[in-house]
Amino acid sequence: MNTLSSSVRRTTSADSSPPGGHRQGNIIPLLQEAQEARGYISEEHIDKVARATGVSASVVYGVATFYSQFRLRAPGRHVIRVCEGTACHVLGAGDVLEALKMHLGIDVGGTTGDGLFSLESVRCLGCCSLAPAMVIDEETYGRVTPSNVGKILDAYRKEAIE
Amino acid sequence: MSAIREIRVGLATCGIAAGADRVLRTLTDSLSSAGMDVPIRKVGCVGMCYNEPLVDVVTDDDVVTYGNLDEQSAGRIVTEHVVGGQPLDAFRVDTDGFLSRQVRIVLENCGIIDPESLEDYRRNGGYDGLQRVLTELSRQDVIETITESGLRGRGGGGFPTGLKWSLAEREAGPDKYVICNADEGDPGAFMDRSVLEGDPHRVLEGMAIAGYAIGATHGIIYVRAEYPLAIARLKRAIADATQAGLLGPRVLGADFSFEIKIKAGAGAFVCGEETALIASIEGRRGMPRRRPPYPSQSGVWGRPTCINNVETLANVPWIVRHGADAFASYGMGKSRGTKVFALAGRIRHSGLIEVPMGMTIREIVYDIGGGILDDRPLKAVQMGGPSGGCIPEALADTPVDYEELKTTGAIVGSGGMIVLDDSSCMVDIARFFLDFTQKESCGKCTFCRIGTKRMLEMLTRISRGEGVLEDLDALIDLGEKVKANSLCGLGQTAPNPVLTTTKYFRDEYVAHLVDKACPAKVCKPLLRYAIDPDTCRDCKLCVKGCPTGAITQGDGAYQVIDPETCVQCGRCEQVCPFGAIAVETGKVEAR
Repeated sequence: MNTLSSSVRRTTSADSSPPGGHRQGNIIPLLQEAQEARGYISEEHIDKVARATGVSASVVYGVATFYSQFRLRAPGRHVIRVCEGTACHVLGAGDVLEALKMHLGIDVGGTTGDGLFSLESVRCLGCCSLAPAMVIDEETYGRVTPSNVGKILDAYRKEAIE
Repeated sequence: MSAIREIRVGLATCGIAAGADRVLRTLTDSLSSAGMDVPIRKVGCVGMCYNEPLVDVVTDDDVVTYGNLDEQSAGRIVTEHVVGGQPLDAFRVDTDGFLSRQVRIVLENCGIIDPESLEDYRRNGGYDGLQRVLTELSRQDVIETITESGLRGRGGGGFPTGLKWSLAEREAGPDKYVICNADEGDPGAFMDRSVLEGDPHRVLEGMAIAGYAIGATHGIIYVRAEYPLAIARLKRAIADATQAGLLGPRVLGADFSFEIKIKAGAGAFVCGEETALIASIEGRRGMPRRRPPYPSQSGVWGRPTCINNVETLANVPWIVRHGADAFASYGMGKSRGTKVFALAGRIRHSGLIEVPMGMTIREIVYDIGGGILDDRPLKAVQMGGPSGGCIPEALADTPVDYEELKTTGAIVGSGGMIVLDDSSCMVDIARFFLDFTQKESCGKCTFCRIGTKRMLEMLTRISRGEGVLEDLDALIDLGEKVKANSLCGLGQTAPNPVLTTTKYFRDEYVAHLVDKACPAKVCKPLLRYAIDPDTCRDCKLCVKGCPTGAITQGDGAYQVIDPETCVQCGRCEQVCPFGAIAVETGKVEAR
């Protein structure tokens, strides 16, 4: 314990740059804002964020591709996110995902030809008692089964026609 | 019967997902059309997720809890109970079994108070701890109290909180940071979300007390972007607390200033690691770095930084209010106080529970969790998420204690507890977690980046029946190497699910490798589907459902599946209304 505390004292931070001046800290919030507004991050956004934070576009691109939240392509009108958490997995999320892929004819990360749906998977939605769960846009669907996903999708399709 | 004081509606994410907002609307409408003036309190999650949506009807001396409600039943509660004075037994849920064995410190207010009301929080003793700290205690006193309480990091590490604070306190100021780690990344763990949504002020108070103790003026909450409701409630709570002088310059008139900002994470599991979290706050890719220097020496922007998990901080106000001894009176050995667990998986009462440390896994699963779904046998409990391990039923009497759990190969971790029964395949579970950690590896360390990938490939081969017995030893060997040669906790713990399942469920691996069988009938490539001619009623639903046209008319009034064309998708089994689809695994027996 003594050695640790003395080494802690010795290496007291010498860096004294002021917190207000760290423009790079804004990269993630700016990317989040851009995605919130447009649904994805375009090349143009990356350049803009780079200029605003004083770093190169490659640094911003590196950040945007590191975090799973950021999309670099425009999503479909409705984004389906299937929970892949442990509870959902144990209770059959894999079958739900397969059924969705079959209904939509796309893989995870894809968008249907008519631009109506994008299919994504998400690590855990945190509503494990409703497993298997999925979210379409903001609406959460619990206890989803491979046989009822078709009906859920149809409701969105119908709405699109109307 | 006494007068009804209020009606509480649980409106956390889980409740809303189950339809609580529709229930709330019905209650509001029905009450107003009945001309009843009963206040409705919007509360967080009480933890009984398996009964959502939940409504409490509170009288002066009793609380009647209703569960699994919809618009219709909510309307009946108003007409029959609130107006008619007759509680509805049909929708009542028994809370005793679930709640009586719990000790609620972190969750004391969750499901009781309105999380958006500072007044509610204060009425329940909120900010009394901060007030006491600022008026009666020195920085050293606070650190001593936390040290004596025995509180340890609840995010998984179990590092003594008092020691962490004292290390940060020793550093020179003035720009020090307190960070609340709310990047709850373990799949199957949602206690942090629940606390932030149900009792956000508690976390702010804990942070302010930590700030005072270490001499910090800045607080940052790093919260998952996937938790929009938690972020909204935190924003509101910060604004209200600042307005009331509980945050900001000269808190409660004392010589102590503390501001809190929110940083939304962007979806990277590795950012739960301290140095990766700091990199993320600074706008960089969330990659861990070597320590020392520790964050307490050089953290955010090179400043001394103390990082505590949500649950850890949520314990702090209670400890200050009730004293270190009261907290330490719960628990066993070096694990004091309580721990919140998220119970999920094949369990009857899935939800959020808080128990004194030292309770056994079996007690949690059966006494609180109500046992296994469909009364099937308990097979194992997965604890600690991707960093944890599977504890077999034979070790279910292990108490929840940092040291005891470590001997099994699992960890207390953040508190995810996934219950598995005989329908869960352990190879599949190991593969599931490896798939997770392999994708979430930041790529910095070779063993973590490539080792987890190779391990995942081996597990995938095994689950497809393409493995050989030698794979098992190679898998364990590589697992040990990934553990030993990774820089951060992600890589060091990633092999745990594999190492524990190969240790406790070796037979199951051997069945996959040698017999090409999945005893739990989960690994699809190892399954064969056949139609029982005696049960089949020739309805042809399976023919319509089969994506590959593998099902054709048999010799009589029944269908047959062509094993060559079948892709084992299991659709026929799902659509068959008569249970005529038989699933077999293992080598075909000679007939």
